[in-house]
Amino acid sequence: MIAELGHFALILALCLACAQAFIPLAGTLSHKSLWIATARPLSCGQFVFVAISFACLVTAFLQDDFSLAYVANNSNSLLPYYYKVSAVWGAHEGSLLLWVLILAGWTLAVAMFSRSLPADMVARVLSVMGMISVGFYLFMLLTSNPFERLLPFPPMDGKDLNPLLQDIGLIIHPPMLYMGYVGFSVAFAFAVAALMAGRMDSAWARWTRPWTNAAWSFLTVGIFLGSWWAYYELGWGGWWFWDPVENASLMPWLAGTALIHSLAVAEKRGLFRSWTLLLAILAFSLSLLGTFLVRSGVLTSVHAFATDPTRGVFILAFLGVVIGGSLLLFALRSSTLGATASFNWLSREAGLLLNNVLLVVALAMVLLGTLYPLLADVLGWGKISVGPPYFNFFFVPLGLLLMLAMGVGANLQWKRQGSGRLFSLLKAPLLLSPALAVLWLLAAGWSLKIASLLGLSAALWLTLLTLQDVWQKTSHSRGRRVALGRLNKSYWGMVIAHLGIAVLAIGITLTSNYSDQRDVRLVAGEHIEVAGYSFAFHSVEQIRGPNYIAQRGRFDVFAVSEDDGQGAELKSEREPFTRLWPEKRRYLATGNTMTEADIDGGLFRDLYVALGEPLGDGAWSVRVYVKPYIRWIWLGALMIALGGVIAAFDKRYRKARLSVKQSANTVSSEASSALALAKKES
Amino acid sequence: MKPARKQRLLVVVFIVVIASLVVGLLTYALRENINLFYTPSQVAAGEAPTNTQIRVGGMVVVDSLQRASDSLDSSFLVSDGSATLLIHYSGILPDLFAEDEAAVATGALGDGGVFVAQQVLAKHDEEYTPPEVADAMQQAIDKKAKAAADNTTRPIESKTPNTPAAAY
Repeated sequence: MIAELGHFALILALCLACAQAFIPLAGTLSHKSLWIATARPLSCGQFVFVAISFACLVTAFLQDDFSLAYVANNSNSLLPYYYKVSAVWGAHEGSLLLWVLILAGWTLAVAMFSRSLPADMVARVLSVMGMISVGFYLFMLLTSNPFERLLPFPPMDGKDLNPLLQDIGLIIHPPMLYMGYVGFSVAFAFAVAALMAGRMDSAWARWTRPWTNAAWSFLTVGIFLGSWWAYYELGWGGWWFWDPVENASLMPWLAGTALIHSLAVAEKRGLFRSWTLLLAILAFSLSLLGTFLVRSGVLTSVHAFATDPTRGVFILAFLGVVIGGSLLLFALRSSTLGATASFNWLSREAGLLLNNVLLVVALAMVLLGTLYPLLADVLGWGKISVGPPYFNFFFVPLGLLLMLAMGVGANLQWKRQGSGRLFSLLKAPLLLSPALAVLWLLAAGWSLKIASLLGLSAALWLTLLTLQDVWQKTSHSRGRRVALGRLNKSYWGMVIAHLGIAVLAIGITLTSNYSDQRDVRLVAGEHIEVAGYSFAFHSVEQIRGPNYIAQRGRFDVFAVSEDDGQGAELKSEREPFTRLWPEKRRYLATGNTMTEADIDGGLFRDLYVALGEPLGDGAWSVRVYVKPYIRWIWLGALMIALGGVIAAFDKRYRKARLSVKQSANTVSSEASSALALAKKES
Repeated sequence: MKPARKQRLLVVVFIVVIASLVVGLLTYALRENINLFYTPSQVAAGEAPTNTQIRVGGMVVVDSLQRASDSLDSSFLVSDGSATLLIHYSGILPDLFAEDEAAVATGALGDGGVFVAQQVLAKHDEEYTPPEVADAMQQAIDKKAKAAADNTTRPIESKTPNTPAAAY
């Protein structure tokens, strides 16, 4: 009964989405204000019904309703309740439902927080979002309905959720990632609305910026969670594998990053307008591609659960309509946007152009590497895979270039930068950053490698230049504290995000160059020394979890100091530095085996132990890793996301809305924003 | 030309030059870093290059897994139904690696016809079989079926050396 209710609510949501897609848009074309005004209530209604539908599916999971095919395939009565809830988005159908729920949520948010925007603009934006919803509802109802019944013979118990997904990281990773993917639909809808209206000005960029920042921050957190999950849950101890699924989330992120920066130019200087629109279209198209690549089973990878050709045809058609349609609109209308202003080659505009070129090149390289195997397969060039060396070969130098440019770019002024002053700004960091990098490595007792020196120097260069800029901006006649308070949130967001990039780069550099990883055969009682730590394999015991049985190993870890080389006898009397309990779990419903690594985390190093497999005679294969600075990677990612959030809350965006409300006239708002800009710059 | 237009042209030229440079580099790097997939039959027929990084895969043959007693070295046979290939691997086999299940190995074929793997991937849940392996198995089955069909329908013609059945 509940499932039918959910199904029915989903159909009603589709009907409302259809109305939302057409009525307001028709209203803007025929100038009927009543039709235009339907946009908001329709988006509210659509959200309510899809939320009901989602709640029904969650209830079906909690009640173990195995007469639903989707529940039977992805849940089990032994599953703890929180995994039952997260199992809702554990596979294709449910994750699509989550997708449309989030899309309806963003639509509702736009409807609620856009009171100050011109009504016809809101109508167009909500219409476009409605069209995307319609596509997704149709896809679900026609090819992947989560409410499909297994009658008249429902199974007694479910097949269980894939054990890899039974983890806290995977409870929050997909919703975060989808918040990011779907969030780009707002920027996309704004772009399409601007093309429809044939009008794009700084007010447009100002409306779009906070939404894009918010979506981009969510996506950053989503990618971070995925990487973190892969690190501790897959049992391989890596943090990025250049797996197609990871690439699928990285591509919209790169496009989104480029978009955030080009929006800055579009708002402040009115340049790069067509390019910005194109990036907005690109970011959302790649989000769609990412969703489908991962969930449709096109890719050979860890996440590909389902394979179904009818879905593939729908997906291709849908992607074709969205991407082809928006690009066609772009081709037809972008020339009407007009306004080509020029800029100096040594200016912040040029810096941001360089940022965009580098990011788009990185994006193209990831896109090619990810889709090339698919393309080769379709064209009959053989079955191939593109390995990490390809991606590293490009991404590492591009990342270094990007950091070098980022440090300089944030110091440049709009319109024109004096080259003499620029050089005096760069002098100190240029000398200091390589020197500090060498000192850092020597102090840590690591060998000097070219790769690590380059990576560290670039990260320090970026840090020093960013901090120097903050220092100079706060040199104020009334003291630094007053000046610090005066800096706006946009600026703080940028500083934190750029420092986050530096932290991330330091983490990547040090962990890739100085990790000590050993795969060894150990019998209980033996120990192994890795990077100054002694790991003593104490024992393995059997334990029982809610839905699994596990072999749990015990490792006592001792810090080995230089003067203390006496061996295990002496150590066994000492209290261990820490104990690690890695597990090998066997899930009862599926019989699948899973590795649970145990990690002693720290800001400067992680101790990582994972059980491989029993080799007979009490011996186990064991992974023992010591990974320096690996947490900095995720710390950096969080700083980047935080920067995006802070920038999204800048007062300017709220003020801009007010000024639009008062004048309802884009020309005067543009003028007032230019005035505000001039004030800030002086 | 107006300065603004001229600048726009410069930007476009700049982007085109960069883009073509990048595309060139990309194709080069792709060529160096793609790993072609071969089935055990193809390896047996000598189609696979030696000492080049490739991928191979098939079903792990029952009772073929052997481990060294003092290290992590192991070896096993993979089969696509018509040929088998010996794979050596030193390291920890994945969780879902098992006999009579699909596995894909990345590594290089030595001169002695032994494949030395750097990485072994197993299927990652109950229902999933890597598409390459599924394809390889299907090819082997088709080949057998064809051979059988040729044998039964054209027993006399099979004397002529040109028919495919003659190879068997």
